[in-house]
Amino acid sequence: MKSNNHHYAAKTIIFIICVFLAILSLFPFVVMIVNSTRSTTQIQQHAVSLIPSSYFANNFKILVGKSFKPSVGFLNSMIISVCATTLATYFSTLTAYGLVVYDWKLKRAYFSFIMAIMMIPAQITMIGFYQMVYKIHMTNNLLMLILPAIASPSMVFFMRQYMVPALSLEIVQSARIDGAREFYIFNAIALPIMKPAIATQAIFSFVSSWNNLFTPLILLTDQKKYTLPIMISLLRGDIYKTEYGAVYLGLTLTALPLIVVYLALSKYIIAGVALGSVKG
Amino acid sequence: MKKKHKGYAKYGYLFTLPFTIAFLIFMAYPTLYTALIGFTDLKGIGKTDFHILANPLENFIKILTSPTFHTAFKNTVVLWVSNFIPQLILALLLAAWFTDRRFKVPGEGVFKVLFYMPNIITAATVAILFNALFGYPMGPVNDLMTRFGILDAPYNFLIKKNIARGVVIFIQTWMWYGYTMIILISGVLGISPEIFEAAEVDGANGWQTFWQITIPNIKTILLFTLVTSLIGGLNMFDIPKLFLMGGPDNATLTTGVFIYNQAFSGSYMYNRAAAASMIMFVIICAVSGVMFYALRDKDEEKIHKTIRQQEKEYRKKMKEAQKK
Repeated sequence: MKSNNHHYAAKTIIFIICVFLAILSLFPFVVMIVNSTRSTTQIQQHAVSLIPSSYFANNFKILVGKSFKPSVGFLNSMIISVCATTLATYFSTLTAYGLVVYDWKLKRAYFSFIMAIMMIPAQITMIGFYQMVYKIHMTNNLLMLILPAIASPSMVFFMRQYMVPALSLEIVQSARIDGAREFYIFNAIALPIMKPAIATQAIFSFVSSWNNLFTPLILLTDQKKYTLPIMISLLRGDIYKTEYGAVYLGLTLTALPLIVVYLALSKYIIAGVALGSVKG
Repeated sequence: MKKKHKGYAKYGYLFTLPFTIAFLIFMAYPTLYTALIGFTDLKGIGKTDFHILANPLENFIKILTSPTFHTAFKNTVVLWVSNFIPQLILALLLAAWFTDRRFKVPGEGVFKVLFYMPNIITAATVAILFNALFGYPMGPVNDLMTRFGILDAPYNFLIKKNIARGVVIFIQTWMWYGYTMIILISGVLGISPEIFEAAEVDGANGWQTFWQITIPNIKTILLFTLVTSLIGGLNMFDIPKLFLMGGPDNATLTTGVFIYNQAFSGSYMYNRAAAASMIMFVIICAVSGVMFYALRDKDEEKIHKTIRQQEKEYRKKMKEAQKK
């Protein structure tokens, strides 16, 4: 009985800690969303309120009246993230297929090489990358933010680990006997089998591309090409210094879609994080 | 049969070709180019032509002896260490609670979703949001603290170096403990349940099970978490850059922000930035090297060795047989 009481106390403490952490996760975003509907004067009087006000439209007018163009940022970010994710998942699966299905001399070496370059962060090579892009006058070309996704070493690694048990070489062999070409076998047979892995990786590729600040910040100087994270960085500037309501609204416009999509897909996303960590 | 095998080998090269080409253009070339720029006089906005310096190591020496770089490097390490430790402790605790077989935390699924949520929000948004939350005189934190009587008057938190660092550490911990928790949970779930059952039969309590069963069995995953977090930490940029622009008085200046500022502000010293990048590159390579050494699968290596040995012997025998 005593140990039962003890048990109950421990359980209560754990639950309270979890509730506290949950509030900590939510609080900043709640303040942000509520304040996006309040006027700057209201925010200055009391910066925390749980009751929405009616200044949303007014804040929006102030926000887009200056350099923050949410639709431009949204569109550019969407183009980059969708294209980069498509390229990354397709070519990573293709590369993994080349590593799993065929026997070639450099296969083992190539896989070791992919593991070795997995850890190289893009930031480190940015000066050379910037100079290269600048020289060919492509700094404001979104392609320079999309094409590098073709070589995504950690995704190739993940795809290979997933493919080894998932794709049986007998299926490939029997398709060959039926007269199918190699490229057709990849597209028609391997890709559908890899769908779960592709979906998981697509989510993370999309999110990291969507949230990327460093590379676009360096390459893009044309306001019409700005991505959402660069638009966000404008909120830090002097022109929005005293427009609290507008700043909160700008932040809300960038965070809310992510929160909604995340909550809708949370089951898959969390399963995906767990899957990515289990190294096969 | 063997001929047919060889015919397919070319597809191995063909299918990996796009990756190879993209790697050469977007990773290998920029890396080498960055290294080269580190030895040159390339600076000034819009400049692309350069000459190797009389003393090619000048940029590296200037960076390594620069007090600002020292500050940035120290900050980077301090910020990483002091966010990784609470992050790991919290993640380990939560992982232990959420995988405990003796009781289930009510609402576990909801908690997991909420704990991970800050991780997917754009870091730029988070940085500016926290800047607003700690605003002076009437940011939300000041509002709450004066309302609950913790502070008599609003306090300008973000001009204090230690508080600024503390908030960056808090943001990093807050954004990443959920991610680490999920990874550790999947690690714990991967341990065979029989081991836990055996411990239960032996009368081990929760604490003993945690230290003697759980921790040793997720060592590899812990190491993986450590290294990926370290590499991420050495590149910390978005939060320190947008939260306080590296301030106050360089208190939150990281090497990532330092490199950016060298190259893309002031006198556009691409050469110095390149040298600093290469120094960080060497450090990251060293860290990854240590990880590969520690993470290498010893059993797998043994198996490969035996297979190679057997193949050798087999070939030898075949040769001898052919001779005969």
